[in-house]
Amino acid sequence: MPRFVARVLIRPKAEIRDPQGEAISGALRSLGHEIADVRTGKEILVSFDAADERAARDEAARMGDELLANPVIESYAVEVEAVRTEAHA
Amino acid sequence: MTRVAILRYPGTWSERDFQHALSLVEGIATEIVWHAECDLRGFDAAIVPGGFSYGDYLRAGAIAKLSPGTKELRRFADEGGAVLGSCNGFQILCEAGLLPGALVRNASLEYRCDWIHVRIESDRTPFTTGLRRQVLRMPIGHGEGRWVADPDTLAAVEAAGQVVFRYTDAAGAATADANPNGALANIAGVSNRAGNVVGLMPHPERCAEALLGGTDGYRIIANLAKAPHGTAAAVYR
Repeated sequence: MPRFVARVLIRPKAEIRDPQGEAISGALRSLGHEIADVRTGKEILVSFDAADERAARDEAARMGDELLANPVIESYAVEVEAVRTEAHA
Repeated sequence: MTRVAILRYPGTWSERDFQHALSLVEGIATEIVWHAECDLRGFDAAIVPGGFSYGDYLRAGAIAKLSPGTKELRRFADEGGAVLGSCNGFQILCEAGLLPGALVRNASLEYRCDWIHVRIESDRTPFTTGLRRQVLRMPIGHGEGRWVADPDTLAAVEAAGQVVFRYTDAAGAATADANPNGALANIAGVSNRAGNVVGLMPHPERCAEALLGGTDGYRIIANLAKAPHGTAAAVYR
């Protein structure tokens, strides 16, 4: 089976205050950047084998629902990319 | 005799403090239970103490929710067993879906280690019997204690009387200054709908004797000696 890397991008929901983003906003403004807003999140890269891109996407979405994001406070998006490894070359 | 299990996950650090505090209450026997070998049959209550389970990796409590101990805790709670989570224990119970809402980074971004006051909003739990409207003084120590929920959940939790502890000043007024972490509606602790599962950010086990600067925590844990026995355990005895 081919190898995929799922990039899971996790963000606090819009209604959740993001104090880290606010602190970064303040720091950027102190450097003279005229910014409107900063929101922080995290990126998790998961490598695994799957039958095809669709199967990889479904698997990554299950990971997001079961563990990687907390739906009470976060939303997430998944991007999937096939990678070539020596074993799969 | 009320039998109380104290759960220990990798990274839990308040289990022995809870065991000591509970040893001060007549009529309570305790046992520290390792999460991977957790069998709550025969216990009347379970405590999920504070600490940094699994290093707080991903999110506080997120990995502990997958442990066999949490699965057993869910079964125990479903059958009516009394469950108390403090600090990281509260975070675990929210992540596991046993309690509503979630606990996120303090609004100040600072770890807060302080004495605070909470007003007891509900006595329909095994831990707050007879304490409604009392203002208790307890310590906190957390970086991620800001309770949040979507507006519908907050309204439902308030309407159902599931807010158990609210941050207030010493006189019992829920002011912004009395809120140490920016929690929605000054909420310091909630219960499930049935009232048998309770979580709070403060540490009752750290204020159960005068030597430690306060005894209000004793008033919470001492309630366990009066808790109805054999809720979950009756099935197995």
